Amino acid sequence: MNFDLSEEQEMLREQVGRLFTRECPASLLRSTVDDGAQYNLPLWNSLSELGVLGAVIPEDLGGVGLTELDLCVVLEQAGRVLAPIPLYSSICLGAEIILALGSEAQQEHWLPKLASGEKRAALAYPQGMGVLATRDSAVNLKSGLLSGKTGPCGDADSADIIVVTVPQNDGWQLCLVEASHPGITVEALQGFDQLRQHSRIEFKDVAVEPLGNPVGAKTLEILECRTAVYVAFEQIGGAQACLEMALAYTKERPIFSRPLASYQSTKHKLADVFVAIELARSNAYYAAWAMEAGSDDLVAACAAARISATQAFELASRENQQLHGGIGYTWEADCHFYYRRSRLLALNCGSQEIWQDRLISALAKTASGD
Amino acid sequence: MDFKDSPAEAAFRSESRAWLLDNAPDYCISDDAEITENELVQKALAWQRHKYTAGFAAITWPQEMGGRGGTILEAMVFGEEEAKYKLPMPAFISVGLSMAIPTIRKHGTPEQLDRFARDTLEGNIIWCQLFSEPAAGSDLANLSTRAVKDGDNWIITGQKVWSSWAHHADWGILLARTNPDVPKHKGISFFVLDMRSSGIEVRPIKQISGASDFNETFLTEVVVPDSCRIGAEGEGWACAMTTLMSERLSSGEDDTSHAKQLIELASMVTRDSGEPALESSALRARISDLYVREEGLRHFTSRMRTRLSQGKPLGAEAALAKLVYANNLQEGSALAMDIEEFDGLFLEEPHAHRTRSHSDYIWSTAMRVAGGADEVLKNQLSERVLGMPGEFRMDKNVPFSELKNA
Repeated sequence: MNFDLSEEQEMLREQVGRLFTRECPASLLRSTVDDGAQYNLPLWNSLSELGVLGAVIPEDLGGVGLTELDLCVVLEQAGRVLAPIPLYSSICLGAEIILALGSEAQQEHWLPKLASGEKRAALAYPQGMGVLATRDSAVNLKSGLLSGKTGPCGDADSADIIVVTVPQNDGWQLCLVEASHPGITVEALQGFDQLRQHSRIEFKDVAVEPLGNPVGAKTLEILECRTAVYVAFEQIGGAQACLEMALAYTKERPIFSRPLASYQSTKHKLADVFVAIELARSNAYYAAWAMEAGSDDLVAACAAARISATQAFELASRENQQLHGGIGYTWEADCHFYYRRSRLLALNCGSQEIWQDRLISALAKTASGD
Repeated sequence: MDFKDSPAEAAFRSESRAWLLDNAPDYCISDDAEITENELVQKALAWQRHKYTAGFAAITWPQEMGGRGGTILEAMVFGEEEAKYKLPMPAFISVGLSMAIPTIRKHGTPEQLDRFARDTLEGNIIWCQLFSEPAAGSDLANLSTRAVKDGDNWIITGQKVWSSWAHHADWGILLARTNPDVPKHKGISFFVLDMRSSGIEVRPIKQISGASDFNETFLTEVVVPDSCRIGAEGEGWACAMTTLMSERLSSGEDDTSHAKQLIELASMVTRDSGEPALESSALRARISDLYVREEGLRHFTSRMRTRLSQGKPLGAEAALAKLVYANNLQEGSALAMDIEEFDGLFLEEPHAHRTRSHSDYIWSTAMRVAGGADEVLKNQLSERVLGMPGEFRMDKNVPFSELKNA
């Protein structure tokens, strides 16, 4: 048994971590909000130069051909600094789906461009639940033409291609369309997280390319499980950053003539945060392994990672905000970025309720031997 | 990342499995067996003896001590395979093998190790632990049992508590204060105590479960030869730390998924609406939360195990395991009762699982206190892992005899 990052993954973690620390200080977050959540192109280009955008894309499609866990390592570091780049949308959703369902021609055309960062993809959920497999869609596909308005779509404003799911007969058809199509209107939403722009996309008789054949609920569930693990690593990175900020602040902040960190109520609070993060991290490592190995318990493993990472980030961001006291309520402190982000990541790929339900259903199925 | 055994581990696992298959069943005790405490003790010692003859009694001990000279991982592999059988392994076995002998080995003399190691391994000695006192639990160094030097002997007087199996024990490991005029951690010495000595009275404690697994042990002017002191005078606290660390390394919490059992239970119980209880989204949420904490702990343990296999020491973060385990046990057993609603409180056939949830819910309160209370473990995590300041202490650098509560 070896349940740890490899040496190469440790190096990757360090290298990516250093890049983000250097190129994504909190001042960049403030200016990003001021600029209306435009993603940061220099940061995107640096990541592209490092070659990590194509981590899981095969080498013959312009990627690096590493494992899912390698990409998870990158996501954790991006989550730690709240990097304002469309990494999750373009790579973990867009490229992931094209890789899973696209035709050879679609893969050859788009994946090298996504791997290099030259083009960016976004995924539009059919409605606001943050899940793909819903029958209740305002988007419909008739004779190859797409019409209707989607649910909130992250990074749509900067995307070159958009992936959409549409209910079709018993299953769902995933489609791909270039964002520059004249029948597409992107309506920016005022989102709770000011660092990642979300929009609704309206299609008016837009000709789309199907991504493979219609798929069933099982295929969509597996796709969602995999993307949830990437989010889990982003959440763990964010939670870890909150813990570190709270530690640094409480150690130097005196109150009643001693550090805030010396009070047992503070210590126990942060011990609880530490425990939540370590449990989430352990679940996320296992889920990343399950993805890589195509393990039988993939759904339960990914759901467990998703649920515990959401809980860890929520707890860490709330207590970080709390321990910063009044200063935490100021724009100048950085806590609020994480406080908002933890809500976005708790809901952007399905709520706790959805994942708890999915987890119990998967476990009940295993128990009854279905 | 790889969850499979290495080739060497796999080979050792199949060797262990084969040996256990041939040997373990004769020593197993089924759940419904009616067996006296004496019979349990004899059966446990016999199993220990049998493992010894086959070289499985102490995997990590060097061969010259009667061990196998194996690795920690091999010990874990054997432990996992052994746990698949209902073998009698009462706490006195681990008090001997995982606490007493490692401490004697590190702090005692070669003669002391010779005297006790092989006899313990062969199942000839039943050990008990005499550390805690009524006023020395989480604050163990506050112990007030006195040891006064008298020629080549020590005269020991005091009251110990939570000593399991003391009424069967041949020897005890004992902490006593040999110097009250120095700060409390510095005036303690570590002894091995012959439980047949005069002046020892063992009284069972009736616990909240109704059973009496633990005792109070009263020591009245018990004469202990100086040759039974382990380590130097005043080195007792360091010895105790060795004892407790060894215990932590050895204690493999069982990784039964209570959440999976609860899913089965909730799918069989029907609500008033006619739907299975498992359809309740409130229950699904609680079972999910338990599941992710149990799974998180299981994978955390695998991460710790990986560290050990790489030759790295276990850090203070290992305290997380017992903290989470005890709380999961409490929540899981409460949830088992909640699933069955009012009926869940009553022991009626054929509901054997209720016996389990009732006793787990009671036992979890002991688990949250024993071997480091939740609060102590959170202090350890925050201080040693997160680097937060230590607690403000009134007792630091103050001689024990001048402390208010001494």
